[in-house]
Amino acid sequence: MPREDVKKLLRTKFMPHIWCPGCGHGIIMHAILRALADLKIPQDQICISSGIGCSSRMPGYIDACTLHTAHGRSLAFATGVKMANPGLTIVNVMGDGDGTAIGGNHFIHACRRNIGITAVVMNNNIYGMTGGQASPTTPEGAFASTAPYGAVDPTFDICKLAEGAGATFVARATVAQPAMCEQILKKAILHQKKGFAVVEIVSFCHTQFGRKNKRSRPMDNFNFLKDNSVMKAKADTMTAEELKGKIIIGEFVNIEDAREYTERYDEVIARAQKA
Amino acid sequence: MAKKFDIDIFSKWCKGCGLCIAICPKKVLELSEQVKSVPVRPDDCIGCHQCDNVCPDMAITVKERD
Ligand SMILES: Cc1ncc(C[n+]2csc(CCOP(=O)(O)OP(=O)(O)O)c2C)c(N)n1
Ligand code: SF4
Ligand code: SF4
Ligand code: SF4
Ligand SMILES: [Mg+2]
Repeated sequence: MPREDVKKLLRTKFMPHIWCPGCGHGIIMHAILRALADLKIPQDQICISSGIGCSSRMPGYIDACTLHTAHGRSLAFATGVKMANPGLTIVNVMGDGDGTAIGGNHFIHACRRNIGITAVVMNNNIYGMTGGQASPTTPEGAFASTAPYGAVDPTFDICKLAEGAGATFVARATVAQPAMCEQILKKAILHQKKGFAVVEIVSFCHTQFGRKNKRSRPMDNFNFLKDNSVMKAKADTMTAEELKGKIIIGEFVNIEDAREYTERYDEVIARAQKA
Repeated sequence: MAKKFDIDIFSKWCKGCGLCIAICPKKVLELSEQVKSVPVRPDDCIGCHQCDNVCPDMAITVKERD
């Protein structure tokens, strides 16, 4: 059992969870719970929302206000919740498929709006739940059930996508750095007062991705992520050639004086009432 | 005297993935025949919490020994 303040945030009657032994998604849930516990946010002031996928099973295990919605649409639901109750702390979790394939449109527009939501993309480079189809983050050449001879399409860089679309906090870590995940998540949750915060956490699915790509055990994937992570400060000194296949971790965007959407919307309401 | 720690592993939640065992810098943990992680050398634990933080199933707590 985890420490008391973390355990309090768990619906223990549903544990052990459904994820495969060693699944990276469990490491992310654990880091989110430690971040929320450290920030001492009351349970009824936390909303965890998700779409569909292995990753999106998370809200079922968290003892807070929770929302398990439609594939790719979690941010639309989360936006509605935030508009109705701007005081809530919303952590919206989604998979790489959920957030950047079917849900790509919702994702970029939530970034553009800068609405106060913390969006966590649990990127395992695959559609885990449905049998290992290639996602927009499956590396070129990697095998997937829909790419038996290697994926052809170039990948999305989720952090660059979020930055380009206007998110005001953007950071990345991998599950091989659980303490760093916790620290980044805390900052991203506090950033909600300023707007939309995106945290990409590179996870792994040894069951659907690893087995096809010579990383069938959880530890093979953990070591792969650890060995290929490069801190942003170091990456800034490296060439594109040296960075090939590496995962850059750290904070990419943090606009402190950004203005959050529900606040700007209140101003519109005030203007309309005067008119 | 160096601090001592107790590692508590809730076996009902442990799925025997082995991540905690591989990550421990002091080789405190081992996999049992029942495929559960067990602290076999608790006196060597340095209380770094890496096993706890990495556990996807939230089965571990590390506490300072009174
Ligand atoms: C509208 C719709 N289309 C397709 C599906 C099938 N589906 C369920 S989960 C999923 C992809 C999951 O991948 P990802 O979001 O990366 O999550 P993971 O399981 O890898 O954590 C798909 C295509 C669905 N549930 N609804
Ligand atoms: S299929 Fe993959 S993503 Fe889904 S629980 Fe198993 S390891 Fe995790
Ligand atoms: S990391 Fe957790 S689930 Fe995996 S073997 Fe250790 S205690 Fe068990
Ligand atoms: S706290 Fe550190 S030293 Fe102690 S068992 Fe866990 S990983 Fe090993
Ligand atoms: Mg996925």
